[in-house]
Amino acid sequence: MKPRHRRLAMVAGGVAALGIAATLVFSALNRNLVFFFTPSQVAAKEAPVGRAFRIGGLVEAGTVKRQGDGRTVHFVVTDTAQRIPVVFQGLLPDLFREGKGVVTQGSLDANGVFHATEVLAKHDENYTPVEAAYAIKNAQDAGERAARTVSPGP
Amino acid sequence: MPRFIDVETLRPAPGRINWFKYSSPQTFFPLAGAAVPWFAAAAAVLCAVGLYIGFFVAPTDQQQGEAYRIIFIHVPAAWMSMFIYLVMAFWAGVGLVLNTRLSGMMASALAPTGALFTFIALWTGALWGKPTWGTWWVWDARLTSELILLFLYFGFMALTAAIDDPRRADRAAALFALVGVVNIPIIYFSVQWWNTLHQGASVSLTRAPTMAATMLAGMIVMALAFWMYSIAAAFARARCIILERERNSDWVAQYIEASK
Repeated sequence: MKPRHRRLAMVAGGVAALGIAATLVFSALNRNLVFFFTPSQVAAKEAPVGRAFRIGGLVEAGTVKRQGDGRTVHFVVTDTAQRIPVVFQGLLPDLFREGKGVVTQGSLDANGVFHATEVLAKHDENYTPVEAAYAIKNAQDAGERAARTVSPGP
Repeated sequence: MPRFIDVETLRPAPGRINWFKYSSPQTFFPLAGAAVPWFAAAAAVLCAVGLYIGFFVAPTDQQQGEAYRIIFIHVPAAWMSMFIYLVMAFWAGVGLVLNTRLSGMMASALAPTGALFTFIALWTGALWGKPTWGTWWVWDARLTSELILLFLYFGFMALTAAIDDPRRADRAAALFALVGVVNIPIIYFSVQWWNTLHQGASVSLTRAPTMAATMLAGMIVMALAFWMYSIAAAFARARCIILERERNSDWVAQYIEASK
């Protein structure tokens, strides 16, 4: 075995051992590395009790309600399985929309209401031109209209 | 035990190009010098084309409006920050195994460019995060692991600079670089493995991109421009390192004499 072959074996072996060690460490840490908990995880009591944490999910359509003071806003975060009502006082990010992603920090009260101190919008990785989104929506609306007019009632 | 390569084992079959010829600093120096202007010119042209596509051709995003246009710098810079680290670690590993001088010089030449792209990715990410997410910075897995990458580059450069003997510095820094490779898959897969505020990948090898074709074209052209820039910058820096480390050799003396 030439010296450079031995060194290659040592470097390859070292990198492989390091990779395995890192994989084990990170699979063990996996549960603790979440940036936010989903409503289902909160329902399953996986979220920390007694301290602030973040929940993430979609803002359920039709649930955003602003109070008369103009600062307090109520909405529901859902992962389509579980839902958590949220109350927040402050400015919402521009991309905060019904039906879109949101990550919010705060804590749960005894009634299961999440009192948020910070609301962040989580957007997805899809980028679509305005015109295309408009065309898709038009097509969907037309399809729904057609379905309503053609199909007989239940 | 001799610490040099048996040249006979490297000699290629007759009629084939001897690539190992360019593993010598003396032969690589003029080759890199000739290549730098071409890569620099390609970088300038591709950057102009890419930015034109990004700012004037690519359509407005229906969700984020014009704010998404920073993607044309952010994503290619982030790609380069990870890719340069892999190339740097590759050359560092080659230097460890084959004891070639040029490999370590190449790794040292790549580190500042990699750190630059990491910084650009973090900075543009903060500028993008404020209008869309509502915050400059969060400690989620993607952002944190990219910040660690910046510190890995700094650590590599500091370690190389801290040891006076360049050959020993290269070996120590090479080990450091190879250990840090663990971080690259963590950055890349962080958005799949953990809940993060950062969105998933729009472009990947395994499925169709989730963005309009002109947007994708702008991003690819910018990525190519950053590639060309990185090669030009690394080659130019490698030439400086070669001159510095080989300053006592005859060919450098002749080169300096000739360029006076």
